[in-house]
Amino acid sequence: MTAAPAQALLLASMLFALGLLGVLVRRNLLFMLMSIEIMLNAAALAFVAAGMRWHAADGQVMFLMILALAAAEAAVGLAILLRLHAAGRPTLDADTGNRLKG
Amino acid sequence: MLALLPPLIVLCPLAAAAILLLSAGRMPPPAARLLAAGAVGLAAALTLWLAVRFLSAPPPAHRLDVVLWHWLRVGGFDARIAFTLDPLSLVMMLVVTGVGFLIHLYACGYMRGDPDVARFFACMTLFVAAMLVLVLSSDLLCLYVGWEGVGLCSYLLIGFWYAEAANGVAARKAFIVTRIGDAALLCGLLLLATRTGGLEIAGVLRSIQPGGPVAEAAAALLLGGALAKSAQAPFQVWLPDAMAGPTPVSALIHAATMVTAGVYLIARLHPLFLAAPAVMTAIAVLGLVTLLLAAGSALAQTDIKRILAFSTISQLGYMFLALGTGAWGAAIFHLVTHAVFKALLFMAAGAVILRVHHQQDIFRMGGLGRAMPGVFAAFAAGAAALAGLPLVTAGFYSKEAILQQAWRAGPVLWAGALLGAFLTALYISRCVFIVFLGPVRTAPTGRTEASMAIPLAGLSVLALTGGLIEMPDAIAPVHLLFRLLAPVLGPPTTEGAEGGAGVLLLAGALAPLAGIAVAWGLWRPRAGAPAPADDGLARAARAGWGFDAAYGLLLVRPFLALGWLNRRDLFDRVPDLLAAATRWGARLLGRMQDGQVRRYAGWIAAGTVAALCLAVRP
Amino acid sequence: MMALYALVLLPLVGAAAAWLAGRASPRAPWPVAVATLVLLAALLAYITWAVPAGGGPWLAHASAPWIPALGITLRCDMDGLGLVLLWLTVVLSFPCVLLASRDITDTPGTFHALLLATIAGVDGVFIATDLFLFFFFWELMLVPLYVLITVWGHEDRTRAAFKFFLFTQGSGLLMLLSILGLAFVHQQQTGILTFDYFALATTHLSPVLAMGLMLGFFVAFAVKLPVVPLHVWLPDTHTQAPTAGSVLLAGVLLKTGGYGLIRFVVLLFPDAAIRFAPVALALGALGILYGAWLSLVQDDIKRLIAYSSVSHLGFVLLGVFSASPLGVAGAVVQMVAHGLSTGALFVIAGALQDRLHTRDLRRMGGLWPALPHLSATGLVFAIASLGLPGLGNFVGEFLVLLATWRISPPIAILGAAGLVLSALYALTMVGRAFLGPPPGDGWPALPDFGARHMAVLGAAMALLLALGLYPQPVLDLSLPAPLLHSALPHAALTGGPRP
Repeated sequence: MTAAPAQALLLASMLFALGLLGVLVRRNLLFMLMSIEIMLNAAALAFVAAGMRWHAADGQVMFLMILALAAAEAAVGLAILLRLHAAGRPTLDADTGNRLKG
Repeated sequence: MLALLPPLIVLCPLAAAAILLLSAGRMPPPAARLLAAGAVGLAAALTLWLAVRFLSAPPPAHRLDVVLWHWLRVGGFDARIAFTLDPLSLVMMLVVTGVGFLIHLYACGYMRGDPDVARFFACMTLFVAAMLVLVLSSDLLCLYVGWEGVGLCSYLLIGFWYAEAANGVAARKAFIVTRIGDAALLCGLLLLATRTGGLEIAGVLRSIQPGGPVAEAAAALLLGGALAKSAQAPFQVWLPDAMAGPTPVSALIHAATMVTAGVYLIARLHPLFLAAPAVMTAIAVLGLVTLLLAAGSALAQTDIKRILAFSTISQLGYMFLALGTGAWGAAIFHLVTHAVFKALLFMAAGAVILRVHHQQDIFRMGGLGRAMPGVFAAFAAGAAALAGLPLVTAGFYSKEAILQQAWRAGPVLWAGALLGAFLTALYISRCVFIVFLGPVRTAPTGRTEASMAIPLAGLSVLALTGGLIEMPDAIAPVHLLFRLLAPVLGPPTTEGAEGGAGVLLLAGALAPLAGIAVAWGLWRPRAGAPAPADDGLARAARAGWGFDAAYGLLLVRPFLALGWLNRRDLFDRVPDLLAAATRWGARLLGRMQDGQVRRYAGWIAAGTVAALCLAVRP
Repeated sequence: MMALYALVLLPLVGAAAAWLAGRASPRAPWPVAVATLVLLAALLAYITWAVPAGGGPWLAHASAPWIPALGITLRCDMDGLGLVLLWLTVVLSFPCVLLASRDITDTPGTFHALLLATIAGVDGVFIATDLFLFFFFWELMLVPLYVLITVWGHEDRTRAAFKFFLFTQGSGLLMLLSILGLAFVHQQQTGILTFDYFALATTHLSPVLAMGLMLGFFVAFAVKLPVVPLHVWLPDTHTQAPTAGSVLLAGVLLKTGGYGLIRFVVLLFPDAAIRFAPVALALGALGILYGAWLSLVQDDIKRLIAYSSVSHLGFVLLGVFSASPLGVAGAVVQMVAHGLSTGALFVIAGALQDRLHTRDLRRMGGLWPALPHLSATGLVFAIASLGLPGLGNFVGEFLVLLATWRISPPIAILGAAGLVLSALYALTMVGRAFLGPPPGDGWPALPDFGARHMAVLGAAMALLLALGLYPQPVLDLSLPAPLLHSALPHAALTGGPRP
């Protein structure tokens, strides 16, 4: 099955917009992290599509890179989340995050 | 040798002033007195010697130029510190050093006991030096040095007793008002220098084109300076207040010498003024107006020194009237006689004031003639000369010369001057009658010192006989002064060309007599204390016809009020405004940074989209 | 001639020495600073003496590469104008150090080091002919002074110093833009990147570009001079600065503005300057009157003197833009005379503040009997400040007005009106501070000026008198040397090559 790169890019941009929307409208930190994950994967999809279009391996290299990045991001993000919870925050609401001290 | 003398004569008082200033009050008063009087006396003696040498063997063209050094030479402009000795400056030098010496001598007695006598004499000698520079300069810029220098000394001496706030105010007023005229004079100099490339008097006069706008403008600007310095309308307001200074100062600066600088300036530059007929008319009219206004004010004053101050303004008005009619010689003649008799009057008044415990109100004096006959005689001699008592006083001859010229210029001017002569006799007789006759109201104490009496005696003789050097043809054809001044001021006008000279002479002689008679009728000693008139007219006259109030209301107060409103500096608010705008903008932008992660993300997204749009835009 | 570099290096070395001495003992920096100044005076005397006779208008020259890649050199040239102002700097440094900074107890080493560093910067400004180097010195004199005011100033010092810094720095930035613009235009035309003053002077500029670049320079110098709408930093800064800072600021730093106007505005952009002259003349007249007017209504004596500076320096602007040797000579004389008279007035105002702990004229009065020497010197310098003929200020003002009258009599008349106002504020100051009755029940015993003050101020007075009665040496020196390469169009301004 072959999809035109244009279609893949359209899908990627839709996914990216979806992720962005999620970051902007969801207040729950967990969901925000998931939305960021979606955005990253959208970007990765765009890379793969572009690599296919130009018949270059660079796109897949970048995909692997983004995969690693996303994993690291998720690890750090979730770690922060757990620390916040451990520090006794009752909520995962991102809008209360501006009251951090120290 | 002769050329060395003028700088030397200037140097005498200048050196004394420098020594007195640098000694910074450490010099004992007797030494200060001796130094000052000695220096001015030496200057007077040298001047006398110079005069004898000059008259016995006049230099070519009756002038002697002494160039001391080049002052400014840049960009085609050249000014020098240079002196010219000619008959006019010689006459002025004689007045300045001669009368100046007598006044210094008098001041030695008058200022005895004042702890600051060194400062006093430092300023006095500095004044004499500056005045000599003024009358000797052959370059207008050099003259301006003396012109401002005498103004400065006047300021310092009016405010000599500085602990009294009013004295300081009077001193400042005198300086500022004359400074306004000085600024006009400076503009005149700028105009002349631009036109002629230099300010050497002879060169300036050569380059004048009669009737042109330059001549008119330059003459008008110079006239501004002369009017302010000589306390003529509309600048006359400073002189009465200047009486706050010690009496010798009033005699020297505000009667005999400095205030006549304006007259000297116009006489010195008379070809320029001849080339500006409109300005000449203005001089005559202003002179006449001042003469009558000031005489009226003098009639209503109660302070003896203010009477004399207004009288000085009025007499200077005579000189300006003479200048305006082209009678340069007559103006200088009256300048000389006025210097003598007004200095005499001031010094006699000072002697009176010292004896009656610094009382200056004439209505608290009275009957002083019996207690101090010598001073009375001196004051009477001065008063007679001021009134112009016919034949026996100097003032009569000089005033007569002016009246003759005024008649030639126009009957209106003549009538005004005649009225002035009547008023002069009236107010000075009032002063004499109230102060010296009648019952004693303040008993005098002490004695008048010899150092004060000698100058009084000397000036009395001069006030009575000094006029004999120059007489109308109808009395005797003596023209010593006019002939002496002829090389500078032109040949004397032929007198008695018209038939009515005798009648004019008679009128001029009768006016002062009538004034004295009326004064006798009004203020002769009677039972009961005389009191100053207190109706509206008298009050207006006493206040100098409201010039002071008008200037205060129209100029000084609005100027100061506006300045006070703006004292925080309008322009300083502009940066404040900028700072406020910055702060406000920062607060606005700071709102974006509220710690809301989602809002940040939104901004990031919006920014990225905007950047992409910019990048993709064809 | 390497001695020109020494003019800058010597104060810098002295600054370092003073700082080190201050670490050893609090009394040590003062003698070090005095010794540095004496050496500096000797050096300048040597430079003056070593000027070859008949060697043309440029009296001394020094050049060395600095950043060759950018065409920046350490080029210094000195003409008569620079020499006069260098002498003014050295002469005025003496009262700063001899009278004002002796009593500094708060880290005197740093104080003297900063003072000397400022002097080094000023010296550099007066000799640098590489525009980049000039800008470097321009900043060098600004920063130490800023610190001086911030640390040793009076009650509202931080704000005043900040204002001073912002104004000078902001306008300096405009000048930097103009310098870079000029250098780039020159590079486009010739292919050579250089900041050399004489090379840049040959750049052909379109009228609009020339006007733009000139305005960049003009604003920088106009802030420094100061010209009226841009003067607002000056009263605050003067009021809050320590006495030595005020003296240095009024006496010397303001003169860099006048110097810059002559050297980098009128000579570098002659055509644009002539087109701009009407505006500049109007600003000059405005400055004279506005400064004097505001000076009259101040209650703070240092503020009064500061506004009088604004008024006096309006004459400098008039003279510079009158486009005649007469006016430029007058402007230079005015700068020198203003430096001496106003510097002395600031010394006196500072001494009053030390004694009375106030600058408020409403709380003074009747000081003459209590402080006869101080009051007498105050009177003398106030009289100099009001432009009495025979003293230096009059010569400057007269020449400027004469030059102005030739091109615009109304402006000259306004300037002459400023003379009336100057008398008004000077005498008002004297009257309110020294004369009249003392407030309350008289003054307690106050220490009068001693021999040191009288000697230094007496010397300033003697210089003013000499400048007023025989200004010819300064007048002869004060014409700026023509540009080496294109002397002809400026012959009218510089009077051509001098014999």
